[in-house]
Amino acid sequence: MSAMRAGVERRKLLDKLFVVLGLLVLFAALAVLLTLFLDLVRQGAPRLNLDFVTSYASRKPEQAGILAAWVGTSLIMVVTACVAMPVGVAAAIYLEEYAPRNWITAVIEINVTNLAGVPSIIYGLLALGLFVYKFSLGQSILAAGLTLALLILPIVIVATREAVRAVPRPIREAAYALGATRWEVTAHHVLPYSMGGVLTGMIIGLSRAIGETAPIITIGALSFIAFLPESLLDPFTAMPIQMFNWVSRPDPGFRVNAAAAGAILLGMTLLMNGIAIWLRYRFRKRMNW
Amino acid sequence: MQMSMEAGATAPVKARTSKLHFWYGGLHALQGVDMDIRDRQVTALIGPSGCGKSTFLRCFNRMHDLTPLTRYEGSIHLYPDDIDLVSKEVDPIEVRMRIGMVFQKPNPFPKSIFENVAYGLRVRGMRSKALIEEEVERALRDAALWDEVKDRLQSSGLSLSGGQQQRLCIARALATSPEMLLFDEPTSALDPIATARIEELITTLRERVTVLIVTHNMQQAARVSDYTAFMFLGELIEFAATSKLFTNPDRKATEDYITGRYG
Repeated sequence: MSAMRAGVERRKLLDKLFVVLGLLVLFAALAVLLTLFLDLVRQGAPRLNLDFVTSYASRKPEQAGILAAWVGTSLIMVVTACVAMPVGVAAAIYLEEYAPRNWITAVIEINVTNLAGVPSIIYGLLALGLFVYKFSLGQSILAAGLTLALLILPIVIVATREAVRAVPRPIREAAYALGATRWEVTAHHVLPYSMGGVLTGMIIGLSRAIGETAPIITIGALSFIAFLPESLLDPFTAMPIQMFNWVSRPDPGFRVNAAAAGAILLGMTLLMNGIAIWLRYRFRKRMNW
Repeated sequence: MQMSMEAGATAPVKARTSKLHFWYGGLHALQGVDMDIRDRQVTALIGPSGCGKSTFLRCFNRMHDLTPLTRYEGSIHLYPDDIDLVSKEVDPIEVRMRIGMVFQKPNPFPKSIFENVAYGLRVRGMRSKALIEEEVERALRDAALWDEVKDRLQSSGLSLSGGQQQRLCIARALATSPEMLLFDEPTSALDPIATARIEELITTLRERVTVLIVTHNMQQAARVSDYTAFMFLGELIEFAATSKLFTNPDRKATEDYITGRYG
């Protein structure tokens, strides 16, 4: 009896050890992120004010701001979302609901997953050749948005497929049994019920895109712009580009600017992720099957 | 029981399966089933797991068409207009608009109670709000759910109890006035009280619609049905009036099954 007792105690101790280990690793990861964020805020504190977000870039660090950069980033994100969402969702729905299970579908599926791992600079090179030159979109917001849309397409597709797959088969069968067509089942049931997951995937994709630097440098983002774009075909700059430009300047004043811009960019990303979590929570609450 | 048996003998045939075979890929799941389903009678399908009773049921609304690599052979004629439900020329959507189905586990849509029942009407292109409301109320009354939900038609179908959800699914299937209603073990996920209510409902539905029900529970078959079919290994072993099949079966296999010797 006491031998069994000792055995149980030992196993429970192992259980507790794992909890401690898990928490330790978790806090280490969070602490790094938090330190980074706080350090950026501390360094950038002198420039974190309204002037900073309403001024254009300047030769003098204390007058320089991120107006062109955040407007550029926002517009690029709008283009990216408007392209990646419909294309990604449609592709995912096709693969999940319509595509026959054969080797062509299998090849497409493997490639979609692989695309998620392609280095972003490769997307930049592709976009330079395709959008900038072939389609003559130039070094524009539109070209940048399309590039980033391509980049996050695999993320959107994979997330949407998972969300769509989570809709239980009996729900689909119920709709089919009432005489619904495949499109009606998709549009009236599958898509609305998986919207939480779809939007989450979309926002996670966008928060990946917002920090991408390499592909938009490749297609020719400018680093010094003192005007706001008037159309989607205008040249642009973006937050990461502005930061990259500032950290590479010798004047230490610009480093403060870079830190401030970094804090704001990180804040934007965290905000988007927060929205994703909130959306998921809201949609999941209604679908408790 | 004698009464219903005699009534059944005079009821016209609603559907007739002839040499019905069905394959899941290489698996020959139904091996030539011939059966007459009588109009506005309850026909129960019993048999051990894997005997093909659910497979048989799902032929009637072409549910198998959703699974790749399935194949029908033979025919299911639906009367009075004599169309072959499993023929390639007949659109499964058209079939499903005439024959409703209730599933094993309650599967309401995560929409309001009202929208659950109205969905079939909307798919059929009904637009008039007044007409839809009228039909939804009728269906909910027919499914013995109206009094429990009339004050909360806008709350989610998922907020109901399991038994209520299943009656909601029955109302959803009834709303479009189907000619036939298929039940695939409708009470296997429910407690005894909810089960009793569903059984009672099924016996009243007989006045309006032809019912085909798969059940694991032999007592249930005996309680609700007019006819019972015993299936085994993809074949129809015996098909008779329920009172006859349970008291005086012709086949040894049927007797062994209903007396609990296997299954």
